[in-house]
Amino acid sequence: MDDPFQIIDEAGNKVGKAPRLKRETLLRMYRAIVSTRAFDDRCMKLQRTGKIGFSIPNRGIEATSVGGAAALDAATDWIAPHYRDFAMMFYHGISLEGMFDNMFGNCDDNAQGRQMPVHFSFLEPIKWMSISSPLGTQIPNAVGIADAMKLRKEKGIVLTTFGDGSTSTLGFHSGLNWAGVKKSPVVFLCQNNQWAISCPSEKQTMSESYAIKGEAYGIPGVMVDGNDVLAVYKVVSDAVKHARSGGGPTLIEAVTFRMGGHSTSDDPSRYVDAALFEKWEKRDPLTRFRKYLIDEGHLTDESAAAIETETADAMMAAAKVAEGKPRPKLGSIFSDVFEAMPKHLETQMEECISHFSDRDEAVNEKGEFPL
Amino acid sequence: MVQAINDGLRSIMKEDESVLVMGEDVGPKGGVFLATENLTKEFGEDRCFDTPLSEDGIIGVGIGMAMNGMKPVCEIQFQDFIFPAFDQIVSEAAKMRYRSGGQYTVPMTIRTPYGGGIRGGLYHSQSGEAYFAHTPGLKVVIPSTPYDAKGLLIASINDPDPVLFMEPKALYRAFRQEVPEGVYEVELSKTREVTPGGDVAVFCYGAMVPVCTEAAKRVKESRNKDVRVVDLRTLMPLDEESVLQAARDCGRVVIVHEAPRFCGYGAELSALIAEHAIETIEAPIKRVAGFDTPFPNTLENYYLPDARRVLDAIEEVLDF
Repeated sequence: MDDPFQIIDEAGNKVGKAPRLKRETLLRMYRAIVSTRAFDDRCMKLQRTGKIGFSIPNRGIEATSVGGAAALDAATDWIAPHYRDFAMMFYHGISLEGMFDNMFGNCDDNAQGRQMPVHFSFLEPIKWMSISSPLGTQIPNAVGIADAMKLRKEKGIVLTTFGDGSTSTLGFHSGLNWAGVKKSPVVFLCQNNQWAISCPSEKQTMSESYAIKGEAYGIPGVMVDGNDVLAVYKVVSDAVKHARSGGGPTLIEAVTFRMGGHSTSDDPSRYVDAALFEKWEKRDPLTRFRKYLIDEGHLTDESAAAIETETADAMMAAAKVAEGKPRPKLGSIFSDVFEAMPKHLETQMEECISHFSDRDEAVNEKGEFPL
Repeated sequence: MVQAINDGLRSIMKEDESVLVMGEDVGPKGGVFLATENLTKEFGEDRCFDTPLSEDGIIGVGIGMAMNGMKPVCEIQFQDFIFPAFDQIVSEAAKMRYRSGGQYTVPMTIRTPYGGGIRGGLYHSQSGEAYFAHTPGLKVVIPSTPYDAKGLLIASINDPDPVLFMEPKALYRAFRQEVPEGVYEVELSKTREVTPGGDVAVFCYGAMVPVCTEAAKRVKESRNKDVRVVDLRTLMPLDEESVLQAARDCGRVVIVHEAPRFCGYGAELSALIAEHAIETIEAPIKRVAGFDTPFPNTLENYYLPDARRVLDAIEEVLDF
């Protein structure tokens, strides 16, 4: 495989032909990265102070998310995501309040606090398919969503994202093989952040890259610098065009690095060499893009700083609102299992509500998810 | 029954353009049991198509289609081969509505032939209904007659939630029954009283229904006792009221299934009756089931419950 495709190099200098993007789009991309970092920081603090149970750090991989998200048309396209792509949500303007409602699992959470934090589900302003914890399962789901569009001769495509570890799952194989055969309008974006919790790529596959796996399925495989937001945008845009015009799927490997733990419950210093973090810190996607935008005259040090302050304040405010909301009602345990609640669930719900309204012993709500 | 299923698919496909049939060999070949015969010819490759040999793919892709406006009918060629798709069924299809607060739903039907009767050995004979009935968010339906097969299948396809539709392959060509033309539904979660009776209640489903009916006939002849054979038809959500009513009316209960006894569906029925109707029960609840072994090939007919084994169980509860 060739070296990963690049437009902005590690020092933030333009080394390739930049895609034609409006200033407002470039700034929207920049803001999405800044927002992700601020959301990450806020969630980390909320978790460390025991206010939320869990979060997934996104630091380091944001350019891959934003570049991918910016290539989509929210009116027609769907995202079938994994759990480490917050910047896609910020780029498309998914409600910050809704995201925090999920983090707190409060009464306004779309899923009524049923899922762990970060397992988001939204219908607007873009179809953000509900996230599941088992890995790779969203890949064949994405192919099915895409095939439905194709059958109805719609213009939409599906972007599905997953990490390097997920390339070893059944879903990856089933999904890519199927999409190859059916020419499904889908883009497979593999966020190679080099770690599946603690498992490094050299223990994940003997293939020379993840992108090369596309060959086995008869679909193009492209490798891109995942910390270069414009390069990711260009490569995903090309794949989207290809899919939209009936050309079928593309596998994209965005090479990046997870600059933190797998989750708030993970300590990466146990298995990641500190020198690696130092090396990848120099390739930081935010610093790189900021320098590019300043060089191009779209941003100044002052306006960049203002965006950061404004974003951090917005996070703080939104988190406070979500924190202040009550938890979901007890009955929400029993709704949405089926469209209509069957008799046995009605009975169990009545028993549950009556038990907890009568009993004189509080429920022990302490305890943390161990992972 | 297999013709009724084929007719059911054809009828609903004619009426509803969002219904698709997909699976291994369901296209020009018409499926290994011919359940999908001529559907590709009649509706084209977009509506009835062959898929790669990937159960995980069939269900995983079907879920995506169902979330995006279609009503896929996915065929798993033998229920024994469903396990690569277990994750998609249990983790994704069954939980999608719950985990998204109803934003995303999966109105998908999974058709799959199950059970013994064709000398299929370990991997073409199993009855895995208990694995699935244990999964919140998934419906499990098993017909035992051609009329029910068509009506329950159409009701399953029109249901807003995922349904596992298990077809007793032993009954595919066992007997003939006239079925109405066009679309009709048999309501889910309603049992069917196969024979009236007040002496013993026998609960069963699928291929065990004719076996139990034969046993009931013999009990009538030998003991002049009336057995109420109840065909459950939907295992989840179960029509608990009619099960309890039959148990109370008869006071003696036998439960029959092909699947292994341990943690089988009969255990749930037995517990349900014990919890809610024990005061009316006059004899131990008796289960007739497959043994807790893998499904044997040559000795298949010693493994499968037959009318004689059911008859013995009925006599045992009558004599208690």
